[in-house]
Amino acid sequence: MKGPRGAPVRILVDGQPIAACQGESLAAALLAAGILRLRDSPRAGAPRGAFCFMGVCQECVVQVDGATAQACQVPVEDGMVVLLVGPHAA
Amino acid sequence: MSLDLAVIGAGPAGGSAALEAARLGLSVALVEESAAPGGQVWRAPGAGLAAGTDPDAMAGAALRAAIAAAPIERLFGARVWLIGRAEHGFRIDLVREGRAETIEARALLLATGAHERIVPFPGWTLPGVIGLAAATILLKSQRMLPGRRVVVAGCGPLLAVVAAGILKAGGQVAAVVDLDSRTGWLAALPALAARPDLLAQGAGWVARILRAGVPIFSRHTVIAAEGTDAVQHVRIAPCDADGAPMPGAAARVIEADALAIGHGLVPDTAATRLLRAEHRFDPDRGGWHAVRDAEMQSSVPGLWLAGETGGIGGAAVAELSGRMAGASVAHAAGRLDGAAYRAIAEPLRARLAKASRAGAAMARKMRAREAMVAAIAPDTVVCRCEDVTRAEIEAAIADGAGDVNQLKQWTRCGMGPCQGRMCGEAAAGILARHVGGREAAGLWTGRAPLRPVPMQALLGDFDYADIPIPPPAPP
Repeated sequence: MKGPRGAPVRILVDGQPIAACQGESLAAALLAAGILRLRDSPRAGAPRGAFCFMGVCQECVVQVDGATAQACQVPVEDGMVVLLVGPHAA
Repeated sequence: MSLDLAVIGAGPAGGSAALEAARLGLSVALVEESAAPGGQVWRAPGAGLAAGTDPDAMAGAALRAAIAAAPIERLFGARVWLIGRAEHGFRIDLVREGRAETIEARALLLATGAHERIVPFPGWTLPGVIGLAAATILLKSQRMLPGRRVVVAGCGPLLAVVAAGILKAGGQVAAVVDLDSRTGWLAALPALAARPDLLAQGAGWVARILRAGVPIFSRHTVIAAEGTDAVQHVRIAPCDADGAPMPGAAARVIEADALAIGHGLVPDTAATRLLRAEHRFDPDRGGWHAVRDAEMQSSVPGLWLAGETGGIGGAAVAELSGRMAGASVAHAAGRLDGAAYRAIAEPLRARLAKASRAGAAMARKMRAREAMVAAIAPDTVVCRCEDVTRAEIEAAIADGAGDVNQLKQWTRCGMGPCQGRMCGEAAAGILARHVGGREAAGLWTGRAPLRPVPMQALLGDFDYADIPIPPPAPP
């Protein structure tokens, strides 16, 4: 989309470097990088991803620098280490 | 610290309430989960991203500037997980920057807004399927498209907002799938005429969609989203006026890598239910909402309400009800005499009545459609957190679950991390069919924590060695 974006940052997602821009939420940065499947559902093990983007649904929960966090509520920061949750990510 | 007033939620309602109360001399804390005020409708752009120039973006920027300049204690990025009574008012427990904090205030004003209702369908849990409100956040606050080729579906004004927003940003809208008929929109116009700004904005959105040649499917509903790891195509079919797919009608398959869908807004009543305030069910105001009187007071002494928590009405109603509530708290605290309060309140009341008419027309378009709930297939997941299907809910009802709280205990539906915010409407709707309506199905009992919080933040520096060990009993 047009308009200025924040400074470029690099984050690590399951060990892979991903380019993002400052000011983006982690959930938006993952979407822009084409990473939609963030976790698997608890009983059926079905793929899940960010759904409400406003901190309500808890579907975008990932590990950020070792702590559980909602990707939609966390702004990206350079060097951030992200682990996706769920069997597919192991 | 003990304040005159704590306001929870810094959207148009809570933000305006805090400003009015501070202007009238109260000590005010404004507590907000996001990093900046604005709520969903006036959401702030991410740091470093260009601000929009549409009316909502401008209103949000003005609110943020006013709050930054006001003598208000600003607690942003704060996750409130518990609200209770204190000796003189209320105690609010929150987590901010990884640390637990507590504030106390003599009066509490809840402006916790709304969240989206999305009636479950096969594939609604697939990555790439997002809410209409989620799409507006991506567009407005992140300056990002939800996908390369997006199907925009559901009902209400957000359909046009999202479709036009994607087009304006240079994206592709594969189709607009509207539960309403084309004449449904025309029928709402007289009420909308009370808000000429809304009318002009709406006309602009529709013109953009028509000009782009986007296929519009009126009286259609999404019957499935399909794909392996993410959505690859969306299946739609004609529906009746209540949103039920027409039996035997041919489905149409649309290629898309994203589906933005929403079926209306639901007042967020988690905090008002926790405080055991009185609630009422009105399908034309988003369903269950907390009851407030003309002075914006709830049934709980010292608890005021502003915005969507007290029934869906839109941003204009939220802002006006916030100002009214702020003045009302000041009046109750003795900072305004009767005449001064009336001088502020009466003009607001007149504007509120007018804005409420436009808001009610919009809210009616977003009402829950019972036939859509009836059409949910048995193997469709209803509760996303706990993977509970329609069939499991029906089995619990057959076994005797007679209200939503029994249903929750039977199935875990509504017990997961979202605390029923995603599944609550559908689960209650399914139960309502067996027990004689949504009122009979009951209201989910409010429970803490209001939001999941890390145990580490609550414990702080508390360690195993800090556990007091009682002296041994005498021999």
